[in-house]
Formats: sequence, structure tokens, C-alpha cells
Amino acid sequence: MDREELTAQETALYDRQIRVWGVDAQKRLSKASILVSGLNGTSIEFCKNIVLAGVGDLTVMDDRLVTEDTLQANFLIPRDSDAYGGRSLSEVCCESLRDFNPMVRVSAEKGDLSQSEMEFFDKFDAIVVSCCSLNAKVAINEKCRKRAKRIAFYAIECRDACGEIFVDLQNYTYAQKRSDGTVERHLSYPSLEEAISTPWRNLPRKMSKLYFALRVIERFELSEGRTPGKLSSSDFPSILKLRKELCDAQSLNESHVPEKLFERILHAGSKLHPPICAILGGILGQEVIKAISGKGDPLKNFFYFDTADGKGVIEDIS
Amino acid sequence: MGSDSEAEAIKVRFEVYFASVALCFASLRRKAKQVLCVTSSVVAAGEGSDGGRWRHWLRVAEDPRAFWLSGYSHRSQLVSNLEFCFITYKFGCRSLCLCATEIDMDTIEVSNLNRQFLFRQKHVGQSKAKVARDAVLKFVPHINITPYHANVKDPDFNVDFFKQFNVVLNGLDNLDARRHVNRLCLAAEVPLVESGTTGFLGQVTVHIKGRTECYECQQKPTPKTYPVCTITSTPSKFIHCVVWAKDLLFAKLFGDKSQENDLFVRSSDASDLEKPMEDIFERGPDEDPDQYGKKIYDHVFGYNIEAALANEETWKSRRRPRPTFLRDVLPEKLILQNGNLEKSCLTDDLSLSVMPSLGLNNPQEVWNLAENSRVFLEALQLFIEKREKDIGSLTFDKDDQMAVEFVTAAANIRASSFGIPLHSLFDTKGIAGNIVHAVATTNAIIAGLIVIETIKVLQADFENYRMTYCLEHPSSKMLLMPVEPFEPNKSCYVCSETPLLLEVNTRNTTLRDIVEKIIKVKLGMNQPMVMQGTTLIYEDGDDLEEDVAANYALNLDKNLADLPAPVTGGTMLTIEDFRQELKCHINIKHRDDFDEEKEPDRMVLSGWTAPEKVDTAKSNGASTSADRPIITEVTESKVVDVAAAMPGTKRKLSATLERKGNQEVHEVLSVPGNDDDDDDLVLLDDCPEPNKKLRLQHL
Repeated sequence: MDREELTAQETALYDRQIRVWGVDAQKRLSKASILVSGLNGTSIEFCKNIVLAGVGDLTVMDDRLVTEDTLQANFLIPRDSDAYGGRSLSEVCCESLRDFNPMVRVSAEKGDLSQSEMEFFDKFDAIVVSCCSLNAKVAINEKCRKRAKRIAFYAIECRDACGEIFVDLQNYTYAQKRSDGTVERHLSYPSLEEAISTPWRNLPRKMSKLYFALRVIERFELSEGRTPGKLSSSDFPSILKLRKELCDAQSLNESHVPEKLFERILHAGSKLHPPICAILGGILGQEVIKAISGKGDPLKNFFYFDTADGKGVIEDIS
Repeated sequence: MGSDSEAEAIKVRFEVYFASVALCFASLRRKAKQVLCVTSSVVAAGEGSDGGRWRHWLRVAEDPRAFWLSGYSHRSQLVSNLEFCFITYKFGCRSLCLCATEIDMDTIEVSNLNRQFLFRQKHVGQSKAKVARDAVLKFVPHINITPYHANVKDPDFNVDFFKQFNVVLNGLDNLDARRHVNRLCLAAEVPLVESGTTGFLGQVTVHIKGRTECYECQQKPTPKTYPVCTITSTPSKFIHCVVWAKDLLFAKLFGDKSQENDLFVRSSDASDLEKPMEDIFERGPDEDPDQYGKKIYDHVFGYNIEAALANEETWKSRRRPRPTFLRDVLPEKLILQNGNLEKSCLTDDLSLSVMPSLGLNNPQEVWNLAENSRVFLEALQLFIEKREKDIGSLTFDKDDQMAVEFVTAAANIRASSFGIPLHSLFDTKGIAGNIVHAVATTNAIIAGLIVIETIKVLQADFENYRMTYCLEHPSSKMLLMPVEPFEPNKSCYVCSETPLLLEVNTRNTTLRDIVEKIIKVKLGMNQPMVMQGTTLIYEDGDDLEEDVAANYALNLDKNLADLPAPVTGGTMLTIEDFRQELKCHINIKHRDDFDEEKEPDRMVLSGWTAPEKVDTAKSNGASTSADRPIITEVTESKVVDVAAAMPGTKRKLSATLERKGNQEVHEVLSVPGNDDDDDDLVLLDDCPEPNKKLRLQHL
């Protein structure tokens, strides 16, 4: 969309949020293009948020068919099996999302993002991935970084009642408003691969334990060829074994990654908690809006939320 | 979007935060539980042509488990979260049942759609409750929802009503209603989950009688007031000009003429050389609207300022304003273009606008003095020509385009006289209309947090209740900061029945002053009953007998010491609000003198959490004469970030931060990005001052 000014309609609709981030930010949003790969409770929360915010266009990718299982925590899917039967998640969600804000172009794209052509990536200003393996995440992240145009990359993960968001804005410059004036800030983000390669013993002592737990789980899913998010309590012994291996390799005491955390996550299996999805989807929404509008301090580079302690923490791992 | 034109044709009247949604919730292995959610609409002073605050109550009660969801735009989020949340939680073997009671009185506005996602464009103008109910039913078809229409302060919603529920979720948008619900929850002994958002900030707090602080244990800032003189004579900020334009000029020109109006404060030695002011504003039957408008302009911006300048004392240490006369601003404008005003094919009064005919199309643009003056004159003329029937009964409504244009213009012309920077229509509308900025993401986060706390409450998971604050800038790496709830404040007059202390001059303060300023405003009681010892000296109510009411009226005007049961130093007043089931004692201490600037009310109430020194900057240019303050619910539309260092204890922390934030409706925490201040933020794990941290006792 190459309009200069917001239409009267947009101004009326977005009045309350324009009062938060200003007209310029709103205009930039309306020109932005976002891709979401992998639709589950958390990523659809994000989709809802970004659509309500008035992004230019949103593309969703998820070829998995809608099943009863996928209904959980997904309010975009009508409860009527006649409506969703035999259709892909992206198709069904896309329809519902359009309804939230007719001014946003929402479309569904078939295929697997980690296999997509490089040129496909160029259409987007930001890419969000969910429900995929570590390898896929890394591959997509690498592709984002290889393009001439900067593509913001976000990975969002939710297990049981906790979750993680990873942000990669590559080299990001923005104007930071402070009480004593505006300052230009430069941030340099590591790639996903770089970030998770940081030796564990170099990380701050009080790091979020969820970081380690998720790295173990990621590794496990990868080596066992498991669908992400589909672990169960029966995997507990194997997970603990892997934990020991990884901790030893990293010279980190095992107790740093509590058993209880794994217990919870495995016990939950693929179950998602809507309020946690809402919280993570909300934080992610804000981050993407910040990056596109160029306003506000972006998160660097991991965010964790765990309902057990109620903290929403930012960890800088680079 | 088929029905745009339909939507446009529908008048949108109220600002609302809607509450919505029914919830689905798996039953717990306990007796029937009910959750009550209260929603409300925003009511800024003077808004809403019906005057009252209406809420729709959606009652969902298939199984008597009801969620009463309090009005908030994020509630739609909340509801859908709770719904799914409960579907996935299996607390017992019982099947799902759904209960939600929702109360929201308003109709849907376009500006709601950016975050209230149960509503669509086609719903604009319709009842929020009804649309929300329909939307929710799509998620969970098997629930019963019965809408109620009511004002949350309606006597029907009494303690017995609240007792039906197991938890109350508040998503209200004004302090008054929150305090009211807080009191009812205390009286009914029902847990309350409170919340609020403004822009990127938000918080969720849990209040359980006897276990935690009640909502009022930490004093909440009451709406900002400005001394009359600042508004009428010595404005120093744009907001003062807006208040003047909205509450004085607009009210005088278009509002109820029988209302007292401070529009002109004559200098102390005024002798009426001119006609009395009333005549200026009266438009003669043959008076040309054009001429009338010019006359008003010259009077309020010109002659009146000249008159004020005559009082040297006022301007000794202040910048002298410059009288503004039309002849200097728009010399050629003495001939108005009348033709342009009829272009509008819209019959909708609220959409009438003068901007297009003047070539002003961007509400974000700041008009210059000449443009503001044109808008002023054209708007005034348009009111007379097209909306004569409304003149005499209008109150400012931020959705009334002409009113917003007029107030913007008037405020700007005045600002220009006083050397205050001018503002755009967009900004002025936000200030005048008390618009609270809002985004879907913060609401989503807060909704999720509310659900988490509510589940804990329903599971009686006492040890894990927490208050959670959503910050814009991280503090100790946290964007979401949990804080343990405090124990009840022993000196909270609401939940601990501790007596308050009132310092007042009992010889020259009337009972009316006490009732209006202290009891109704500061104590938030609506229909108080006042006793001195065992004597009833005042009662508020509609059903009083004539002679009884007359007697009370007499009492109101008496000085405290002259009342039938004299209220003098050492006596005690007992105030009760029957509906809120709140009783409060005030010990009276006589004091002769008060500081006019710091204590403009000439009364000092103390006794519960000692508040931080309230910022006295607002009395900048304050009263040269000790007039009563104007109480106005006007707020800057931007939240003020806290730049100052945090005070010591957690209790003070929240209170101060809340005061510095958006004072009108949402209590939010705003924390500076500076990590050095974190020492004062006591966190769950890193408490530097454990003795100050009042942990809940594990029972």
C-alpha cells in the first residue's frame, strides 16, 4: 500500500493505539508484511494482535489439517467440524483473521518454510516461527540473515504453562527517546545458532532455567526425530539422561536445570494454556510492532515467562 | 465491510471498555462456584447524554457457576482465554459448564475495534453486551446468557447479589466504580481480581478480605483538581485552557444556563460599568449569529483579558497575557463565508464539522491562531444554525465533532494569549475527552494474567496469589513483574475500620463542605449517612420525607460547630454508606488556619496510608483568592513516566507510581528503565528488606 496518509477510516479505527505509538508508527505498520509459520495457541494470539494493530499484510503457513487436538487454545477455529473438516490450519485461521480487521490482507501459503525459496523470504519484513524443530528454526533464521533486506526473525515456543520468545533483528538502529533527549542506538543481535552455541558456563548464574530446559528438549526432539511438542512423561528418563550428557559437556551442574521443570513440561505434552498463549502472543505482538515501527526498545534477545513464578524475564544471550 | 454506511449512520454515544464474554469452565470438585465479572463504561465528567452509567449484565448461568467479568476491552480476550483454559483444565470429572455474568452498558464504537475483538465494524452502535454474548455463544454454544442492564451502583447490585459469586473480576475504567465494587466485595466477602491497562502498562491485583490488602488499602489518587483561579485567570498549561474551554465556555454557551459558571471572575474591585455578563451571552432574537460570534470572541479573548490585566497584583510574577481581538487576528474575516456551512449531507449532528469547509483536513495538525479563530467562529455559528435545539442542554462529548473542534479552537486561542503552546485537535480531543490510549497486546497480556490469578482464586491456592505488573521498560530484566500481595493495611478505613482524622475549622466550615469534598469525593461514598455520636445529622437519599429532607438541607448549610449535635474538636463523626456496607469514623480536630495554596479545601484528612506529598505543580499560578477548586476529571493523554527515584517501601512504591501515572482511570506502574533503581523494587526472590515485606502468613 503506497498511501501517504492514513485514511479517515484507519484514523478512526486506530485512534486509541495511535495515541500510544503515533501516526508515523501506524503508517509504517500499514506498509509491513508479516509471515507466521506454524499455527498454535501462541502464534495465533500473535496473529490476532498484529491484525488488530493494522499491519499491511499477514501470511500464515501451516499445512497440518485441523483436528480436535488443534482446536485447543485456538479461538480462530470455528467449533463446527463441518466448517473445519479436511482443511488446513492456515486456511481456516486465515479466514477468521480476515474478519478481525478487513483492512489487513491475510493470506494462507502452502508449504514448509524451511524448504522455501530465498526469494519468497524477501516479501516479508518479519517472520515468526512456531511449532517447528530446532533445525528448521535455524535454517529459517539463516535464510533471513542472508537476504539483502533485513528480515526480523522471531521464534516462539510454549510448553505447559511457560514459554520462550527468541528475537533476531540482526543489526538494528533506532531512535531511543529518553528524558534528556533522543539518542541513536545500535543493537547487534546474534543468530539463533550463535546464541544457543554460547557455552552454558559463560551464562549468568541467575539465568532463566527455562533456557536450559528448552535446549535439552530441543536436542532430544531432534535426535529422536520427534514432532516438536509431542513429548510425554514416558520420555522423562531419556530426557534426564540427555540433560546429564549436555550438562557434563557444558561443565554445568545438572541441578541447574531442575527435574521438576522437565516433569511439568513432559506431563503437559502438547497441551497449551490459553492465558499463557495470550501473554506470550501479547509480548511478541509488541515486539514485532516495535521493530516495524522503529519505536520503543526492542527485546534482546530471549524472553521467558513461567506462570510458576509469574516473572516475564528478558535474557541477553550473545 | 458491507455495512459501513449503516455503521456511520448509527450514533455512537459512549466510550466503553466492554467486558465481554462468557466463559467455559470446568467445574471444580467443590460446591457451585460463581465468578462475577463487572464491566463498566468510561464516564468522564459531563459525558454520556443519559447521565447515568449503564452496564449490561450478561448472566450466564446454566449451572450456577457464574463469571462476572468486569468491563474491559481485554476482557474479550479474557473470556476466550478462560473459556479455552477451562476446557483444557480438567479439575474434576464433571462436564464443562459455563457461567459468565457480564455487565457493560455501552454501545460499540469504531475506536473499540482495535482491541475489542469480539466486535466487528458491522456491530458499531449496537449493544456491547448483546454482541459479546452472541460472539461468545459461537465459541461455546451450550451456555445460557441472560443480559442485564444496570448501573453498577444500582441498589439491585447489593451485597446479596455479590454473595452469589465466588470471585469478581473487575475491568472497570473509573475509580469511583472500582471503589464501589471493592466495598461490596468486602462486605460480601468475595475475592476480587482487579486490573487496569493504559497503553503499554498494566497490572493485575488480587484482593481477599482479611488476607490481602483491599483495593483501597493503598490510597488511589482521586481525580485531579485545579484551583478555580488557575482556570479562570491564570492558566499556565494547555490543560488549563482545555478545562476552561470545555467546562466554562462551552458550558456557558451551550450548556444548562441555570448551572453556576465561573466563566468570569471579575477583579476584586469590579464595578459594573459594562452590562452584566449574562447579557453578553444571551443572544437576542434578532441578533445575527455572525455578529454574536464575533462579540463573544472579543469578550472572552479580548475584553476579559484586559479586565484581568487591570489587577496588577496577579501579574507581578507571572507572564502577562495578551488580549486577543478579532480585528487583529482576522481583519478580513469580518465578512464570514456563510455558504460553506451547508455542504453536509449528513443529518447526524455528531458528525457535523467545520474543518473541511476551512480546508483543515488533518486532525494531527496544529492550527495557527488565525485558523483556530476561524474554527471558533464557524463552529459557534454552525451550532446556532444547525443545532439550536441542543443549545442550553449540551454537555461536552468527545464524539461530538463540532464540540471537539470548538473546544480545540477556544483552548488554543486562550493558550495563545497566555503564551502556552498550541495543540492539535487530536491531542485536544484526547485531553478533553479523557481518552485512554489502548492497544490489543497489553490487553491480551493482562487478560492472560487475570485468568491465571482467577484460577488460583477458584482453587483457593492462597499461597500463590500475586500482583503482576506489566512494564513498558524492563526492571531487573523483567517486563512482567510479580509482587506478593500485602497484608491488609491496618489503617485502611475501608477494610480495617480505622478512624480517620479530619483537621478543619469547625467554626467556618459547613456540613456541606464535609459531605461534598470529604465524604463523597475522598471517601467515595455515594449515599452517606452522617452521625455525630448518636445523632443523625445528615442523610442522603431519594426516599426521605419532606420535613426530614428539609431539616437535612438546613444542616448542610450550617457550620460544623453550629449543628444540632455540634461537631467540634474532639468529637467523632460516623459515616455510613448503606449500599457499600461501609462504615467509617472520623475524629475531628479543630484548626483555625489553613494554607490557601497547599490546602485549598481548608480541610486535611489523614489516617490511612500516609500519601506521598502530592505534586503541587498544578497549583502553579494558584489562587489569589481562596475559591473552591473545580473538580475535573481531565487527564493528560500520555502517561507520565516516573523519572524520580523510587521511595523505600513497597507500599509507598505502588502508591506513588500510581499517582504519577495516568490519574484518571487506570492505576498502572511505570518504572524507569534505569536499573539502578531496582534496589527499591522488592522482588520475590531478592528482597533486600525482608522485614518490610509483609508476607502472607501461611494458614
